[in-house]
Amino acid sequence: MSKPIATVAVCGAGGTMGAGIAIVAARAGFRTICHDVAIEGLDRTLKQTEGFLTKSVERGKMTGADKDAAMSRLSRTTALDDLGVADLVIEAVFEELSVKRALFKKLNAICPDSTIFASNTSTLSITEIAGGSGRDDRVIGLHFCLPAQMMKLIEVSPGIKTSAATLEAAWLWCEKAGQLPVKTQDKPGFILNALLVPFNNDCIRAVEAGVASPEDIDKAIKTGLGYKMGPLELVDLVGLDTQVRLCEAFYPITLDPRAAAPPLLRRMVAAGLLGRKTGRGFFTYNSGKMFGA
Amino acid sequence: MRYSIRQQGESRSFPQGDAFLAAAASDGEVVIYLGVPLETDDTKGAILIELGLECLGVHTGERVGEEGSNVLGFARYRNGGDAPTQLVELVRQPNTRPDAIAAARAVFEASGFVVVVASDQAGRIIDRLVRPKYNAALRFLDEGLATSKDMDLTCRLGLGYPDGPIERVERGGLAYHYDVTAALFAVTGFAAYAPARRAMVAKQRDGA
Ligand SMILES: NC(=O)c1ccc[n+]([C@@H]2O[C@H](COP(=O)([O-])OP(=O)(O)OC[C@H]3O[C@@H](n4cnc5c(N)ncnc54)[C@H](O)[C@@H]3O)[C@@H](O)[C@H]2O)c1
Repeated sequence: MSKPIATVAVCGAGGTMGAGIAIVAARAGFRTICHDVAIEGLDRTLKQTEGFLTKSVERGKMTGADKDAAMSRLSRTTALDDLGVADLVIEAVFEELSVKRALFKKLNAICPDSTIFASNTSTLSITEIAGGSGRDDRVIGLHFCLPAQMMKLIEVSPGIKTSAATLEAAWLWCEKAGQLPVKTQDKPGFILNALLVPFNNDCIRAVEAGVASPEDIDKAIKTGLGYKMGPLELVDLVGLDTQVRLCEAFYPITLDPRAAAPPLLRRMVAAGLLGRKTGRGFFTYNSGKMFGA
Repeated sequence: MRYSIRQQGESRSFPQGDAFLAAAASDGEVVIYLGVPLETDDTKGAILIELGLECLGVHTGERVGEEGSNVLGFARYRNGGDAPTQLVELVRQPNTRPDAIAAARAVFEASGFVVVVASDQAGRIIDRLVRPKYNAALRFLDEGLATSKDMDLTCRLGLGYPDGPIERVERGGLAYHYDVTAALFAVTGFAAYAPARRAMVAKQRDGA
């Protein structure tokens, strides 16, 4: 049996996902060490966390005392050595196999044998990340959804060598953290992205094939299926460049034609139409008007 | 806008007792065909023919991409055996008269439907887009990626969908999923539309 998890370290806590994961851990009562290579990101995270928890208090989701306690459980560091006290390290660093592998390799020398390493990767293989870590049996995938502090779902993916005890401990931690774990195999995109990325591509291909306008495709999906957000609106939110990156991660591994980046997507990225962040993707955001691609 | 209905047999879009049937006039500017062979009439604002899995061109004929008249296809979206939704997919051809599209839209919108316009391609909008996803989910289930419950939960919690792919395709009917995907596969030849094993099994048991 692994040691009960009391202290959680989050690597990449200065980033989007890491910041949210740190809130989840601290809010649920775990001592939480926020780690990143740059102190500026960690400062930003701390400020955002304070703001988020203050809003939670205002909305009656937690008391002021709960908020203060959660804040007091958070610490920050840029020194990896400080993570030696962690029972669980969750990495949410850049989506690069070499970066994640190097991080786990270093941490292996710092953390006690009982520490579990978890990866928040969206596209990489847990088994590949675990390889070379020196503790493949104690590495697991914990894929949070964006924004992590609001979304309950965690896809839990054991790699080929992950032990049953690691899976059990990670699963229990998810539940204690107030999250809802689902178990998936270590396959590209797990469940969520394996279904979503090709579906979004199909929607882009339908625009390109002149099936319907982006507006009508989104309207059809929302009305006919009850989705809260249309798929093209979602791609605009995620970023068309991110969608290309997801395709480039999945297609070479799966060779699934649905996972390949549609030509229209690439043309739009080349034209700087990246979605919301540039004001225009499948829709334009300044005027609220649709862009018929 | 007044509409009249020519019907034979049950309509998938407007099952017996649907208010839309009751509100029809005897002589409308728009004529709606439900299970009745198309008769063209250029003097009408629009002629709408209910489509199943076939393309509109099957009813109107086609002319090297220049087809189009006052005839449109339509179907109210239904997930197999589920009740029809409020979505009406209108199907147009390259030269469909804009005034006919406007008339068709007006008729359905006046009855509270949400209207989208699709070109005359297999699966229209929704089936074209969701059926490969259901196929993938059914394959994932066979391959042990996750349980059906976890796949459905992931889509509901992670993506905010009202239901997951497995519960949805099961509810609509796996044999129906077979029919839709087989029709799409016949037209496109794309492997993504090849009916999933579980749909094939359901279809085979249906016929047994
Ligand atoms: N953004 C999403 O929607 C989303 C959703 C689920 C999972 N993910 C996954 O989460 C991870 C992070 O994504 P993000 O969007 O938060 O990225 P991000 O760029 O916002 O944050 C990454 C952070 O990691 C830090 N970092 C980089 N190398 C580091 C190292 N060696 N040690 C410590 N910190 C390091 C960076 O300084 C940065 O603050 C990726 O694996 C991504 O696939 C992202």
